[in-house]
Amino acid sequence: MREVAIIASAQADNTATTTSTPVEMLIPVIQQVLANASMTKTDIGFWCHGSCDYMTGQPFSFVSAVDALGAWPPIIESHVEADGAFALYEAWLKIQTGEIDTALVFGNGRSSSGDINRILTLQLDPYVVGPLWPDDRSIAAMQARACLESGVVTERAMAEVAQRNHRNALTNPKALRRGDHSIEALMAAQLVADPLRELDCPAHADGVTAVIIAAGDRARGLAARPAWIRGIDHRIESQNLGNRSMTTLPSAALAAHKAGVANDKIDVAELHAPYTHQELLLTSALGLSEATTINPSGGALCANPMMSAGLARFAEAATRIMNGTADRALGHASSGPWMQQNLVCVLEGE
Amino acid sequence: MSDDVLRIRTPISIKYQYSAGPRVSSHLLGLMDGRFVGKRCPVCELVYMPPRNGTCAKCGALLGEDVEVGQRGTITTFCVVNVPFLGQTIKIPYVSATILLDGADMGMQHLIQEVDAADVRMGMRVEPVWRPREEWQPSLENVLHFRPTGEPDAPFESYAGHL
Amino acid sequence: MAERCAVIGVGQTQHTSCRADVSIAGLVREAVDRALESAQLTMADIDAIVIGKAPDMLEGVMMPELWLVDSLAAAGKPVFRVHTAGSVGGSTAIVAAQHVMSGVHKRVLTVGFEKQSDGNAMWALSVPMPFGMPVHAGAGGYFSPIIRSYIKRSGAPSHIGCMVAVKDRTNACRNPYAHLHEPDWTLEKAMASPMLWDPVRMVETCPSSDGAMALVLASEDVADAHDGPKAWVHATAMRSEPTAFAGRNQVSPRASEDCANDLWRKAGITSPIDEIDAVEMYVPFAWFEPMWLESLGFAPKDHGWRFVEDGVTEMTGRLPVNCSGGVLSTNPIGASGMLRFGEAAMQVMGIAGDHQVDSVRKAFGHAYGGGSQFFAMWVVGKDKP
Repeated sequence: MREVAIIASAQADNTATTTSTPVEMLIPVIQQVLANASMTKTDIGFWCHGSCDYMTGQPFSFVSAVDALGAWPPIIESHVEADGAFALYEAWLKIQTGEIDTALVFGNGRSSSGDINRILTLQLDPYVVGPLWPDDRSIAAMQARACLESGVVTERAMAEVAQRNHRNALTNPKALRRGDHSIEALMAAQLVADPLRELDCPAHADGVTAVIIAAGDRARGLAARPAWIRGIDHRIESQNLGNRSMTTLPSAALAAHKAGVANDKIDVAELHAPYTHQELLLTSALGLSEATTINPSGGALCANPMMSAGLARFAEAATRIMNGTADRALGHASSGPWMQQNLVCVLEGE
Repeated sequence: MSDDVLRIRTPISIKYQYSAGPRVSSHLLGLMDGRFVGKRCPVCELVYMPPRNGTCAKCGALLGEDVEVGQRGTITTFCVVNVPFLGQTIKIPYVSATILLDGADMGMQHLIQEVDAADVRMGMRVEPVWRPREEWQPSLENVLHFRPTGEPDAPFESYAGHL
Repeated sequence: MAERCAVIGVGQTQHTSCRADVSIAGLVREAVDRALESAQLTMADIDAIVIGKAPDMLEGVMMPELWLVDSLAAAGKPVFRVHTAGSVGGSTAIVAAQHVMSGVHKRVLTVGFEKQSDGNAMWALSVPMPFGMPVHAGAGGYFSPIIRSYIKRSGAPSHIGCMVAVKDRTNACRNPYAHLHEPDWTLEKAMASPMLWDPVRMVETCPSSDGAMALVLASEDVADAHDGPKAWVHATAMRSEPTAFAGRNQVSPRASEDCANDLWRKAGITSPIDEIDAVEMYVPFAWFEPMWLESLGFAPKDHGWRFVEDGVTEMTGRLPVNCSGGVLSTNPIGASGMLRFGEAAMQVMGIAGDHQVDSVRKAFGHAYGGGSQFFAMWVVGKDKP
C-alpha cells in the first residue's frame, strides 16, 4: 500500500443561507486550499467531488462545479453522489493504483436550497416508507426515543454532547452555531421533535470543504507534518427502519475495526454525527475512550453543510495532526438515515 | 393476480430557492433595461454574455468587469426542433440557435422566428425582438426571439472558432 | 504498481421502455444475479459494491444505493456511488476496477442502472431553471447544432447518420437484451424518418429505456482460479472539461482526444484501427459515430464518415462498432456506459452470442456524458496486460 497523507484543507465559512451560487461558493475555497498547499491547479493529478442533485434541486448539478476548477486543459475528474469524504476515498484508491500522486477532493452543497429535512425523506424506500413522508428529524427522533427507553443514552448525556460541541465551536470561526449553555438550560429547552430539542439537531448549513491528499515523498515535500492516512474503510448497513438496530451502529464498528482504530489511542476524533444521541452511539461503536477529545471543531452539530460535513471532519482532524496538537486522530463521515453508512479514517503524524 | 398492486403513483413536491448569484446580477439588471450586459474574465479577458455562473470555466476564475455587448449577432449553429415535450412552451417547429452577439466571445441560446426554418443559416445576422417593456423580468425571456436583420451573412471565418 | 484486474462476470437486464414487471430493486437484481451466475459466485463472495446511475430525479429516489442495501446483500460491505452524468456507467466500471487494482478488494460487483420510466425522463433531464431561456428540447436540441457543425466542416453527405442508424438497429436484432428490435430498416426508410431536431432524424435518436448492467471484477489470483472466460483490463482513462467556454470545440472536444491518447499510451496501442478488434462506443445520436471515430484516433480528421460509408464499422468490417446495437438501440442512462464497457468485455470473453465478432483479442469500451465533456474509456483483452 502506498502511503497517502492529507497535506492541506480549506473550508468556507458555514452560513445558514447564501445568495451565492454553488460555483461562486466553491472558487474561493479551491483557490484557498491550493494556496495553503503552495500548489497550482496543474500540480493536481485528480479532482474528485461530492454533491447531491436532489439537495440542489437540479439534475447534473455537479457539472457546474467543474466550472470552478479551471478544467482547461482537460483534467482527470470524477464525482460521487455523496459526501466529499467519499470523494476522498475514491482519490485514495486511485493513488493506490499508482496512476496519480496528488488529488484535490471537495464537497459542496447548500442545505438552504430547500427544506433539507423533507428532501432527505427521498432517501427512503420509495414504495412503502417514503410516501408517508417521515422527515429526517422525525426519524432521528424515533431513534433517540428508542435509545432513551433502552437506557443506551440519557437526556443528560445528550445535553452534555450539545454543551461540549457548542462550547468547542466558540473557538471555530467556521462554525455556524456556538455558545456556552448550561446543562439545565439545555434540558429545559423546548422540544422540537420529542425527545429532540433544537440544539440536539444539526445546524444545517451552506458550505464547502476542500482537501488535498498526496502520496509518499510528494506529501513530505508539501507539508511539514502531513496527516498520514494509516487506515480507511467504509461500511453500510440495512436501511430497513423496522428491521435494524436503533441503538447500535454495526457498520461504524466494522469500519473502525478495518481501519485499525483500536491499534493505538486516538487523541482527537471528529465525528459526523448530526444529532447528539448519534454522537453517543458512535463514540461507543468506534470504541473511543474518555481520553479522546471529541469534536474540538463543534462537529456536525454546530455546522452541518450537507455533502461536505463529513469531509470537514477529516479536514479538522488532519489540521490537528498537522499543527502538532494531536499525534493520532480519527475522521468520520456518515450518510443515510440513522447513520446507515460510515466511513472511518485514522490519521497519524510522523 | 388481478388484485396484486403492480404500480403505485407517489407524487413528490419540493420547493427550492435558486440564486442567480451576485455576479449575474448586473446581467439580469441589464435585461430589465433592455441591454445585454456580460462580464469579462480577468485572466483570459474573454467576454461572456450571459456570464454563466459568474465564472470563466476555462480559467476557474470569477468574472470581473461588466461589458455591454451589441444587440445584433451572428448565428453560429442551430437546429430545427420538431419534437414536443413536457414543459416546452414554444410552438413546433421552431429554430433554436446559438447566437454570437457582437462583442461577446461565447454564443448564447435563443429562438429564431420571423423567418422560415428552412431559410435559417449558419452565419445569418440577427437582432432581438423584445417583449413590451412593462412585461420585463430579470430574465432572457424578455427577448421573445431573434429575427434576421437582412444584413449579408457573416463570413465563416468570423465565427468558425465558436462552433 | 497497480494490481491486475479482470472481468469474470457480465449480466444485463431485458431492456425496454418500461419494466413495469419489476421494482427498482428487481431490475437491479436481474442484472446482478446474471453477472454473479456468469462469474460462478454468490452474493456472499462479493467484497464491495460500486453503483452508478445518473440523476436521481429519473426515479424519484435520492441516493437509491442506500435503500438498495438489503436487495444487494450489502450490509457489512463497502457500497460506493458514482454519478458522472451520461458517462457514469463507464466511470463506475473504472472506479470498480480501481477497487481491485488498488489491492484493496478481490471481488467487486458493479452495476449501472436506470428505471427512467418511473419518472418523466425528459423533465428529469432538463428541469427548467430560472434566469435562463428554455430553448432546448432535451439532449437532441443540444447536440444537433454540434452535429450540424461537423457535417459542414467535414463535408459529409447527409445519409451518413442514417447508415449508422440502420447498422445499429440491425445489429440490435442479434442482441436479445436490446430494447429496440426493428429488423426492417433500410437506408431509404431511414432517410424518410421524420426530422426531430434538424439535422437529426428520429431513427438517428436513442430510445429512453429501463435497464441495468452488472459486472464482476476480480483480482488476478481470483481470475486465474476462475475457469470461465475473462477479459483483462489493460487500461482505463477518464477526462473532463468545462461545459462552455469561449472557443470550445464541441465536435471533437479536447477531453475526448486527451482521454483516448492517454488510454492508447497506457494500453501500449500505437494504431487503434489495427489493434482493436471490436468497439463499443457511446453513440446516442447516429452522427456521433463518425465524429467519435475521428476524435478517438480510429479515423483521420474529416474521414470518419468515409469509414461509415465504406462499411468499415459493420459487424463484418475492419472495425466493428456497436455490434450490440449500441445506445441507439438501448439507453437506460445510468447503465449505458457500463453496457459499452461490458459488451466490449463480452466480445473478448466470446460470450456475445449472435453479435459476437470472430477472434476478438482486444476490445474498446467508451462512454461520454454532459455536454460532450466527460469521457471514460477502457481497453480489455484476452491476454493479461
